[in-house]
Amino acid sequence: MAESTAARLLVSASPHIRAEESVATIMWTVVLALLPAGMFGAYLFGQHALLLIAISVSAAVATEYVIVRLRGRASTIGDGSAVITGLLLAYIISPSSPWYVPLVGSVFAVAIAKHAFGGLGMNIWNPALAARAFILSSYIIAMTASWVYPSPGQVLGDLSRSGTVYKKGRVTAAPYDALTTATPRAAVKNEIAAAQNPDWAGWADLKAAGDKPADWLKRIHERNRTSYLDLLVGTRGGCIGETSSLLLVLGGLFLIARGIVAWRIPFFYIGTAALLGWALPVKFPGGTAWFAGDPLFAVMSGGLMLGAFFMATDMVTSPVTRKGMIVFAVGCGVLTSFIRLYGGYPEGVNYAILLMNTTVPLIDRYIKPRKYGATR
Amino acid sequence: MLAKLIRKTFRGGIHPGDFKEMSKDKPIETAPLPPEVILPVSQHIGAPAKPVVAKGDHVRKGQVIAEAGGFVSAPVHASISGTVAAIEPRPHPLGQKVPAIIIASDGQDQWLDGLPAENDAASLSPEAIRETVKQAGIVGMGGAAFPTHVKLAPPPDKPVGTVIINAVECEPFLTCDYRLMIERPRDIVAGLKLLMKALNAPRGCIAVEANKLDAYRALEDAAAGDPAISMALLEVKYPQGAELQLIDAVLGREVPSGGLPMDVGACVQNVGTAVAVFEACRFGKPLIERVVTVTGAGAGRPANLLVRLGTPISSLLELCQASPDVNKLVLGGPMMGLAQYSPEVSVTKGTSGILLMTGARQFEHQPCIRCGRCVEVCPMRLIPSDLSIVCEAGRVDEMMDNSIMDCKECGCCTYVCPSRRPIVHWVKLGKVQLARLKAKQAKKTA
Repeated sequence: MAESTAARLLVSASPHIRAEESVATIMWTVVLALLPAGMFGAYLFGQHALLLIAISVSAAVATEYVIVRLRGRASTIGDGSAVITGLLLAYIISPSSPWYVPLVGSVFAVAIAKHAFGGLGMNIWNPALAARAFILSSYIIAMTASWVYPSPGQVLGDLSRSGTVYKKGRVTAAPYDALTTATPRAAVKNEIAAAQNPDWAGWADLKAAGDKPADWLKRIHERNRTSYLDLLVGTRGGCIGETSSLLLVLGGLFLIARGIVAWRIPFFYIGTAALLGWALPVKFPGGTAWFAGDPLFAVMSGGLMLGAFFMATDMVTSPVTRKGMIVFAVGCGVLTSFIRLYGGYPEGVNYAILLMNTTVPLIDRYIKPRKYGATR
Repeated sequence: MLAKLIRKTFRGGIHPGDFKEMSKDKPIETAPLPPEVILPVSQHIGAPAKPVVAKGDHVRKGQVIAEAGGFVSAPVHASISGTVAAIEPRPHPLGQKVPAIIIASDGQDQWLDGLPAENDAASLSPEAIRETVKQAGIVGMGGAAFPTHVKLAPPPDKPVGTVIINAVECEPFLTCDYRLMIERPRDIVAGLKLLMKALNAPRGCIAVEANKLDAYRALEDAAAGDPAISMALLEVKYPQGAELQLIDAVLGREVPSGGLPMDVGACVQNVGTAVAVFEACRFGKPLIERVVTVTGAGAGRPANLLVRLGTPISSLLELCQASPDVNKLVLGGPMMGLAQYSPEVSVTKGTSGILLMTGARQFEHQPCIRCGRCVEVCPMRLIPSDLSIVCEAGRVDEMMDNSIMDCKECGCCTYVCPSRRPIVHWVKLGKVQLARLKAKQAKKTA
């Protein structure tokens, strides 16, 4: 190296080497981990579901492109975060939604929930979940039509025709009704509600199971939850990408193994939801059932697996410290369980995570690791 | 045998590739005598030394050419014999120009009269050892260059129980300490004994990372028979060799924030320093040379060189066949080393390595995505993500809230950051801004 080369010596602060991982590699790995559950959703619910996923992702990416241009920044499409938002949003809508639901949702997610707050890294709420809350209140019929009790064998056949059920966003007729986000959950919830009436026809069956409130609750679960195998594999009603617990767990474990997701959030979230799903009391006329819930059902039903592994773990909207993550995850579990059992919705994952997202700045402010050499 | 080796460590840290293969098997080789040496008066932390020679003076090897400028300071000695050609500002590894004494070699390489001496080092009193170390201009040779005699003079209420020899060398690429451990384990142990004596410390401990088992065994053999000296094998992790993390790993104690190792009864000395202490006590030899690793993708012939202080880096680049593609020149290791804008700087007491990088680039950074990786790896257990944001924005009042002064700039956070945020860069800037603000406030109140 001669003296003349001095002019092109690069000077910068240390460190002079960097780990390979970048935002883009993280995001695309998450996309990869998400794909199996979505592909299963498309298989289960037919091509309309696939169309919804495509619309959702395209709209998210297009919105990202436009907004970033408007903000005068370099394109951020390559970082993959818009693709994740689009995928996640598609995964948490009903497979029979009209096409414009994911379109409006994705635009809202990227333009309002993400970029209005400053873009990647600055948003307070998980964009997909915020968008779902938005479309839930905008298209209430499409998102929460009346309940059905699908048996796994019929799911594929029925829902492949789902595109024809909707006209102009309204449920036209009732050869069958649209699915909700958590059909087995809704079934259980509905029956608990029905059982509040002592004259309900189903009481004969419940009483046959035993004379304690715990027996009644167990019986209600048995009657409505579909089989554990269906819950695990995902052959059940639900949103497009939330049904297969197995594929979601595998995707989540892959991300944990790759060091992209911290195990604490899914572990404590799912653990809390299982514990409370089992322990929390359910009132019946004639007694209260304590510690009689179905923890496996609590874990594998609804959107818990998708939420715990892929949404609560959203880096931007979760705490940065280990302890903070635990507080956050337990909070998600508590809120989810309470909304499920005592709230107006059969499923609570969406609002639980959104509410806990809101507390993250506070958690990060007050829960910090003890500094090396901190003196008290 | 391996079963008894408990691998200790600290919480946090990273595992960058160690890249030591390039130079670890190259024996220490004496670099040719340079035709000219450039000796900055500031090669240590503390007050600059004051020149005591003038242009035109003839000096001999080992002669004091600048004396200590205060208690926390160190004298500078001529590293070759020759004529003082100039005393003028020259580029310094820290980036600014600093007054330096330039000696043109007379080619004789003559020692000062009476050097090297033959002393019975073992008979020296603690006071004599401290004085010898002070006169020899010895500073911490791991890179920080803190004057060693200051560390050897704790106040009476803070006795040092354990002297820890930092034989960790956790910076990737560097092998200068490793070579000393392999080639001169006895001198290291002799240096440790002198340091223990100077401090009246009952215990000594030599801490080695588990990737240098051969060095561990060499040192263990050299220390065998002295019950006061123990060995510690540490997990391979950066920054295992950082003073605070080393004390935590070896003694299980944390130095209080803003405090010194002596607050927890510890004193940490680098292997190079131990050798220098031994040579000063045994032969009366001042610190005029050190081992420097020249390595990196741009080094055609990586080497561990015994180099006279003041030798221009450019001459070592030639010696090690630096590639014309080198586009980053780092003094020290890749994690904490200082990038240079000119190869005209010289080897100083703290120069442990010369890293020649090719294909180095400026990283483009993105906003923080709050992934928490920096929090996970920070060995001081700070929140680097928050710190980076307040420092980037220059929010001086919030820097202290985020414990900016506890940051040792080890670079773990910046290494792992997927958004490629130059966190250490901003923290360094933040510290400067904070110092300026404090100076301003002090002026106002005065």
